[in-house]
Amino acid sequence: MPFFEAIRLALQMIRANKLKSFFSLVGVVIGVMFLIAVVSIVQGMNVYMEDQFANRLVGLNTFQVRRFPGIQTGNVSDDTWRGWLRRPRITYADADFLEQRVTSPVAFSRYCDERMTVSRGSSLARDIEVMGADASFFAMKNYDLAAGRPFSPQEARVGSAVVVIGDLLAERLFEGTDPLGKEVSIAGLPYRIIGVVARQGTLFGISLDKFAVVPFNAPVRRQICRWNTLDELHIQASGPIPMLSAMDEVESLLRMRRQLKPNEENNFDLQTAEGALEGWRKISRILFMALPGLVGISLVVGGIVIMNIMLMAVAERTVEIGIRKALGAKRRDILAQFVVESATISVVGAIFGIGLGLALAWVVKSTTPFPAAVAPWSIGLAVALGVAVGMAAGIYPANRAAKLDPITALRAE
Amino acid sequence: MPDTVIHLDRLTREYAMGGEVVRALRGVDLRLGRNEYVAIMGPSGSGKSTLMNLIGCLDTPTAGEYWLSGQEVSRMSDDALARVRNREIGFVFQTFNLLARATAIQNVELPLVYAGIAARDRRERAREALDRVGLADRMDHRPNELSGGQRQRVAIARALVNRPAILLADEPTGNLDSVTSEEIMRVFAELHAQDQTVVMVTHEPEIAAHAARVVVLRDGLIESDTRPDRAAA
Repeated sequence: MPFFEAIRLALQMIRANKLKSFFSLVGVVIGVMFLIAVVSIVQGMNVYMEDQFANRLVGLNTFQVRRFPGIQTGNVSDDTWRGWLRRPRITYADADFLEQRVTSPVAFSRYCDERMTVSRGSSLARDIEVMGADASFFAMKNYDLAAGRPFSPQEARVGSAVVVIGDLLAERLFEGTDPLGKEVSIAGLPYRIIGVVARQGTLFGISLDKFAVVPFNAPVRRQICRWNTLDELHIQASGPIPMLSAMDEVESLLRMRRQLKPNEENNFDLQTAEGALEGWRKISRILFMALPGLVGISLVVGGIVIMNIMLMAVAERTVEIGIRKALGAKRRDILAQFVVESATISVVGAIFGIGLGLALAWVVKSTTPFPAAVAPWSIGLAVALGVAVGMAAGIYPANRAAKLDPITALRAE
Repeated sequence: MPDTVIHLDRLTREYAMGGEVVRALRGVDLRLGRNEYVAIMGPSGSGKSTLMNLIGCLDTPTAGEYWLSGQEVSRMSDDALARVRNREIGFVFQTFNLLARATAIQNVELPLVYAGIAARDRRERAREALDRVGLADRMDHRPNELSGGQRQRVAIARALVNRPAILLADEPTGNLDSVTSEEIMRVFAELHAQDQTVVMVTHEPEIAAHAARVVVLRDGLIESDTRPDRAAA
């Protein structure tokens, strides 16, 4: 009963002094809010990065053979950079060599890209990512075509002047009219639109729909690829495990072709979605490392404020303490009463903080491209921290209350 | 006296006050039997508050012994004293000392809470105690919704609820008008008639006159110990 009574008293006190309670709870509220919001956003980002970012950027079960990593994580030293620039480029011959020798069942697509201007008559669309690729590229990227069709392997082979365009480009140049069968001009040459990729939305606020895919052998290759080389060779396997064995195979074939000695490092890079995630993992690790500090400071401040409030409560209720002692309350009864009261105040703060944290996560989710996923453990942790902070903050005031001399306490007014 | 409830043996209490030693009690000897109704009187500074604090186990003596219901309480620890206050002593204060935020019945339940009694029994016993002081219909009122006399009766119910060895009242009518004071004195008389030992500290002779025995203190010693119903009144 003293337990429930202490909780009841604490709630009564919070209700009776709303403004004072607000200030006393604000530290804990902010601390817990940060905890919930940051954890929710980071967790949401994790899901997002894995589902969306990596797979969209690299493709599902796909890896890319490159000269050097396209997605760099952290700082690259000048030496490393110079080393990368000394590496040989991936050539057509390399691609052919691999296509002929890889035994795992995989799909290949050569790939080059460049930012260019795409025009239709007098209307221009600048800064469009023009990509040259093979027919299997569409399956790798898992493009969903809103209209038309992707180009066929034949069209890719002969380098037909056809193009599949992104949703935003279609809108920019055709403004609602049907672009299928129409022509756009890329680097001065006309290309017939055969397909439009459904809207993909944004990634980190950058539109994913400003692109055009042309057959790798199309004339524009001269503008987007250096002679006889390609930016990337995309290789898609049927699943994560086959992808790993295909990677092994590609690695040893390319080492063999380039006559690398066992002690020499690869002079090429195999980029996977996993690799692309590395950078994000670093960021999220830093965020999670910074989080305890952020939350900790708020909670310490919150704890000090609660301690103050409790000291005031003890001073205000000296007579009550005297009465309780006269009626037979032992030291530990008084101690428990004030510690429980302090913990209750803090938990109420934590509950508000959880509410605000969830609200903040929701705001981020609905106003930015980042989703938020609430982690149940963070809510549990928030409540536990609330209890801990309240108890820690309550011990000193409660101890003062418990040590009061009943006669002096009764006489206080 | 066969059935001694309180036995004070050369009870002394000294305070250090700014380097000087104040001797509030200088060796008080007193025996109180079961079912006695005693008033302790004396001018201010006579030591009656000190004596009342010692009898109430709120304080411990500097020297001498205090036996309450057969146990020596003068050397007890704080927690042991808390237990004695809880089980053996029922306090009634001049200023009632009810918890303002609690209802009458919650106030009465308080000693039972600290006695570790289960919630249902508590409610039952608190109800009985309130019934005994005629406040069964005011159980759920808060102190500020009660008159002074009603508040003091709640306090008496609270003092009685744990069936203490002594009812210890400190100026119980000090904050009440004379009509209400008489009312409270009637409650005390009834309790005394039901075998309750009552010790009452007062400076008002007309209140002390209700007691069967009057002990007068002066300068930390017992000046007189009389039974006024035999003498006057």
